Amino acid sequence: MITLGHYLIVSGLLFTIGFAGVLLRRNIIIIFMSLELMLNAANLSLVAFSRFRVDSAGMPDYNGQVFVFFIITVAAAEVAVGLAIIVALYRARQTTHVEDVSTLKF
Amino acid sequence: MSSALPWFILLLPFLAAVLIVLLTKSYRGLSSFISVAAVLGSFACSCLVFTTENIRSIELTWIDLRPVLYVPLGFVLDDLSKTMLVLVTGIGALIHIYSLGYMKDDAGKSRYFASLSFFMFSMLGIVLSNNFVMMFIFWELVGVSSYLLIGHWFEREAAAEAAKKAFLTNRLGDFGFMLGILMAWTATGSVVFQDMAAELGRITSYPEYLTVAALLIFCGAVGKSAQFPLHVWLPDAMEGPTPISALIHAATMVAAGVYMLVRVGFLIQASATALSVIAWIGTVTAVMAALIATQQNDIKRILAYSTLSQLGYMVMAVGLASGEAAMFHLFTHAFFKALLFLGAGSIIVMLHHEQNIWKMGGLAGRLGITFLTFMVGTLALIGFPPFSGFFSKDLILALAYEKNPAIFWLALFTAFLTAFYMVRLIVVVFFGKPRSDHARAGREAPWVMIVPLMILAIPAFASGFGFVAKLFLRLPGQDEHGWLVPGLALAATLAGITLAVLLYRRRESDPIDFALVRERFYFDEIYGFLINATQGVLARLSAFLDRWILDLGLIRGASGATWGFGSLLRLLQVGNLQAYSFLFGLGIVGLIYFTLFR
Repeated sequence: MITLGHYLIVSGLLFTIGFAGVLLRRNIIIIFMSLELMLNAANLSLVAFSRFRVDSAGMPDYNGQVFVFFIITVAAAEVAVGLAIIVALYRARQTTHVEDVSTLKF
Repeated sequence: MSSALPWFILLLPFLAAVLIVLLTKSYRGLSSFISVAAVLGSFACSCLVFTTENIRSIELTWIDLRPVLYVPLGFVLDDLSKTMLVLVTGIGALIHIYSLGYMKDDAGKSRYFASLSFFMFSMLGIVLSNNFVMMFIFWELVGVSSYLLIGHWFEREAAAEAAKKAFLTNRLGDFGFMLGILMAWTATGSVVFQDMAAELGRITSYPEYLTVAALLIFCGAVGKSAQFPLHVWLPDAMEGPTPISALIHAATMVAAGVYMLVRVGFLIQASATALSVIAWIGTVTAVMAALIATQQNDIKRILAYSTLSQLGYMVMAVGLASGEAAMFHLFTHAFFKALLFLGAGSIIVMLHHEQNIWKMGGLAGRLGITFLTFMVGTLALIGFPPFSGFFSKDLILALAYEKNPAIFWLALFTAFLTAFYMVRLIVVVFFGKPRSDHARAGREAPWVMIVPLMILAIPAFASGFGFVAKLFLRLPGQDEHGWLVPGLALAATLAGITLAVLLYRRRESDPIDFALVRERFYFDEIYGFLINATQGVLARLSAFLDRWILDLGLIRGASGATWGFGSLLRLLQVGNLQAYSFLFGLGIVGLIYFTLFR
């Protein structure tokens, strides 16, 4: 039997992997992918909450799933903006490594 | 009948001053004529006001916070102020005309006449004010214009210092004056003289309060009328141009203190203690100044100390509860002292600004008219019958004889000293041989300077006669003392004259050398020491506080602390994205830990 706990463990693992990626990788694009991983970890836990919160009629709580849609939408917008910034950064500095971008102004 | 006439008297000189400062400053001749025209206009209006019975002025409201405070812009037009108006504008007009000659080639002529007009405005304001608030404002304005005029030749350090000294000393007295006004206002609930007199019953049951209030108000007069212990500014004020010495420091401004005391006589006479303090301060001033005058060598300083001494007489009369006697002496003194100063002025100008009497001598022949008018002034000052000073001084002496014998004998001694130092001055300046080249070459002053002398000589001689004075003043009923008091006064005067003539005839230098008196009882030195000991220490203390506590501690401390924290926090801002996210993650973990597990 797969319980809520199992889902949450998977979600937590995903989140940790994403966070570790953000902290440890140097390439901004990889960091960006790790960020998406963290978002999806949150989505997974929200869907799991929705599935396991059943009302008297046996229907799941759809609030969690609606949240997930919002997150996916916002993430898509964020990817568009973020990738554009990365492209602009690369044009300006010929690099996608975070150590090379340590000042606010250049 | 309401009339705008008093407003013309007050505002004409003010308009002249404004006009000169704003428009005609570079046309020196035009400026002086504007100023003279304004004061003549003022004088004409004053005469009209003087001759009109029951005249009432238009009154405006300035501050209306009834029932707490009501300050009108109103004028008091009784016998007292009408007399003062004619006196101030009349002598003022003569001195304006005299100044045309005296200041003829002065570079600051426009500035001089602007200040002079401004002074006339302020002085007339004091005379006309019907409430304490207005009077205090004009009182301060008189102080300002006196400062401007004493410091007219500000490029001379002595003049600049004297102006500062006069202003600060006056301020000291004015501070007491202000406190006194506040106390009187608190007690009576009004600042208008008339209403205060009516409400006075409210405070007569607290005699101590009344005494303190009266003495604080007297403080103002001590400053402005240069009474002991604030007399030190007046002799130094002689650094100003001589017409100024005549107008401000002899005839009008210093009389303002006495005028104010008479104006609020109802308040002062309600307290016997205050009266006796005032009488004694006047007496001390009279004797002390007369003593100092006997040993001075600067012609203007001698006259300055004699002014102090005569003001002492007036204050003495106020203290003896007779405002009428004080006003009578003020009235005659204004004429003969202005005359003496203007005479001294024409001597000084003709001797190329030589003021030392030992450098003069033998001027009687060459400065004939000046000599004659100066003699008239002197005889009036020493109270020689039938010159004006005799009558007014006799009135005060009779008053003192009746009320306080100790004061009477001191006043008599002062009369003796007065005769002594004035005759000394006459003998040394006008007789004997000329003692310098300038004195040998001296000639009579131009007519614009001589005519005012001749005009002033008339009232200096005649203003003491009862029938003349009664036109202007209310004289107290003459108590008959027979011939005792006038006889004693005349004897003292004659003794003074004889002694001075015997001592100073045909002398080349002063036969008496009395350092204590010559150095003016060391008042300046004592004050200098006191100021050093108190204000100097305070200044050093506050400099220390400012430099080490405020500046170093508070201001540099605040900026230093901000800067220090800033540089500490700057260590965190490494610029590395991943370091930030690590710290961010740590923060989140910490937050979760504190919210869930604590």
